[in-house]
Amino acid sequence: MEIAFEVSRYNPEEKEGNFYQKFSISARPGNLDDLTVLDSLIRLKEEKDGSLTFRHSCGHGSCGSCAMLINGENRLACKTHLVDLLSQDESRVKVSPLPGFPVIKDLVVDLGSLFEHDREIKPYLVGSDKTSPEEENLQTPEELAPIQEATKCIMCGACTSSCPTYWDNKKYLGPAAFVRAFRWESDSRDESEGERMEVLNDKRGGVWGCNKVFNCNDACPKDIDTVGVIEKLKRKALGF
Amino acid sequence: MKNIDHQLVIIGGGAAGLRAAIEAKKELDDVGLISKVRTLRSHSVSAQGGIAASLANIQESHNDSWEKHLQDTIEGGAGLVDKDAGEVLAKNAGGNVIELERMGVPFSRTEEGKLDQRPFGGHTFPRALYAADRTGHAIVYALYGENVKLETTFYDEYFVLDLMTDGNSVSGLVAYDVRAGELVVFRAGAVILATGGCSQAYQLTSSGTASTGDGLGMALKNGIPLQDMEFIQFHPTGLRDKGILITEAARGEGGYLRNDRGNRFMEKYEPESKELAPRDRVVRAMQREINEGRGIDGKDYLHIDLTHLSSAKIERKLPTIRELALDFANVDPLEQPIPVQPMAHYCMGGIPTDTTGRVQGKEVQDEWQNLYAAGEAACVSVHGANRLGTNSLLEAVTFGKRAGRFAAEQAKPGISGKIDANLVDRYNSRLNSLRKDQGSVRSHELHDGLKETMTEKCGVFRSSEDLTEALDIIHQLQKEYSEKLVIEDRSDNFNTELRTALELGNMLEYSEVIVRAALEREESRGAHYRTDFPDRQDEEWLRHSFFYKNSSGKLRYHYRPVRNST
Repeated sequence: MEIAFEVSRYNPEEKEGNFYQKFSISARPGNLDDLTVLDSLIRLKEEKDGSLTFRHSCGHGSCGSCAMLINGENRLACKTHLVDLLSQDESRVKVSPLPGFPVIKDLVVDLGSLFEHDREIKPYLVGSDKTSPEEENLQTPEELAPIQEATKCIMCGACTSSCPTYWDNKKYLGPAAFVRAFRWESDSRDESEGERMEVLNDKRGGVWGCNKVFNCNDACPKDIDTVGVIEKLKRKALGF
Repeated sequence: MKNIDHQLVIIGGGAAGLRAAIEAKKELDDVGLISKVRTLRSHSVSAQGGIAASLANIQESHNDSWEKHLQDTIEGGAGLVDKDAGEVLAKNAGGNVIELERMGVPFSRTEEGKLDQRPFGGHTFPRALYAADRTGHAIVYALYGENVKLETTFYDEYFVLDLMTDGNSVSGLVAYDVRAGELVVFRAGAVILATGGCSQAYQLTSSGTASTGDGLGMALKNGIPLQDMEFIQFHPTGLRDKGILITEAARGEGGYLRNDRGNRFMEKYEPESKELAPRDRVVRAMQREINEGRGIDGKDYLHIDLTHLSSAKIERKLPTIRELALDFANVDPLEQPIPVQPMAHYCMGGIPTDTTGRVQGKEVQDEWQNLYAAGEAACVSVHGANRLGTNSLLEAVTFGKRAGRFAAEQAKPGISGKIDANLVDRYNSRLNSLRKDQGSVRSHELHDGLKETMTEKCGVFRSSEDLTEALDIIHQLQKEYSEKLVIEDRSDNFNTELRTALELGNMLEYSEVIVRAALEREESRGAHYRTDFPDRQDEEWLRHSFFYKNSSGKLRYHYRPVRNST
């Protein structure tokens, strides 16, 4: 069977601006659950148009390179199977770059602001001087448990890209930065004395911009409860 | 053309490169780290099972010691581990892992809060420290954070083309800024190659598409030898047809390998250690089962069975494995076995270094002054002919740290070398012509040919006949690459097709070395198994191979003895 693709194209060196290009690739019906969007894009690049540009690397959801907008939702191309996209009502796969970030070329976006916001929340352990350098910090499984989920973040940008507050206000740190902040702020070994919370409590950039739209929860390929994390940070900011 | 100066430049942003930068930052104000992918995308994030250190934190490991870790590493390495390097690895493992902990790695813990440990193949004690089954990801993210704190300068999505050298000294490098579509010259007082693995030369591999051995290609271009390249590790449990890693920890936590009849066949091959024998032995046993028709449904795969493990254990210790099996094989490991087959995983060989990470030349005496290498790209010779699981993350942080420290020393006098204008011109015209030439072969076609050849003729089992054929095919592919390559994407801006073509150039160079080294070593040892020379021959072959290009581009080689003293 032929599967129809509509892929967003943009090359600043060309005059035509942004447009959707139609492609089709053939697949055996039984292979649909085996074929991912990333596999398909690679085939399109090899078989149809070598200039089609997108990022990818690990191919199994651990490097965070291939987040894009696929049939209306932010997802990792490598983890999205065609069989889960196509149905009686949906006969095509539509692929666009992550919304909210400047497009560099085709499906490649500039994630500079995502990483800048990450730097602002101090993505590292502050302090850690409880013991001598030769000794490990003790941390019980119960102390580790609250941050386990947030440590899974792969910085793909799918959550922040899906956030209406971020679309409107690029100073807003966004859900990715909040998940990362929570991961360090709630680490029992961290000794920051309010400096991270000050950033998170900022009127324009901080957690209060979250309107609980839950797009970020839907977008996260690691199933992190981002809104839940932001709610916890709000409580902490209020001193609970 | 842009020109950037740094006291020290590190190529590669995986575990080794990031660890090197942290150490160098203690000595230098000014450290640049170049990565062809964005930081945090490097393949170290895919390491799953753990990092070895004889911390003796749990009941079952309380008799462990670094000497035993060294001994296991040497035994696993089938005689080719250099003892001095192995000692540096094992002796400092505990301290180096505790440093990682103090940088915030979310290691899994014992009830009392110490770092928990679990068993891994070839290790006589449970020695693997782990962060669930995301250990590499956890380590890379902590190392990255530390670099943010120390203000390392990152150059993301720059592809390094070549080193600028003068005799045995490096003055900098030429890179291609993929986004800007232009060449950038970096000058530096010292350079560290931490460019990672090279398994993309194989069809089925756990490695990401970035693992194209670019540092190995650069080394060969500059007359630097590659050591022990015949030793490519195949990992026993790659998800069938996908090459997605199912960590050895799945066996460490009690998983069984089963054939079509449901038999735990490892009991037959390795009655003592069974599924936890070193990887080379497990892979050969699996390949024999498959070749003798006992693969599942007679096909080329087997099962890893976790169904007898408790769901709590899988949830706590192998959550990613369950997620991957569900996502990519439609199998829930709580209820069904996972289909797996051997796949290319790791290169024991690489750019030869001493224990400080300094790159060695063709002869021991022509060591490079200020060029260092660490991690999978390097061969400091701690893995010998077969690496033990969890020793690679340890190697990356141990020797990344050392390379960072010693390279920083070398870099202190400052930048002295001139820009090699000829080299820059050469690459400028090369990149321009690549985008203008009317060739007939796309790089993925040549890459497919290479992967197929390496997998079928230079895989788990090798023979003179297959390797000779492989060599012919690779020469043919090299010829087509230089004469017929065409790149459809003609743009300057973010040209990934151009970058991929440049990577292929590197792959075709080092793959020739892998095959040649495998052809010359007429014995079987560790990961290198010759069906026509099935025995290990210590009298003749207890030695390292060194392959390099002479000034006219011809491959030359010699051997050096194993360093057995410390």
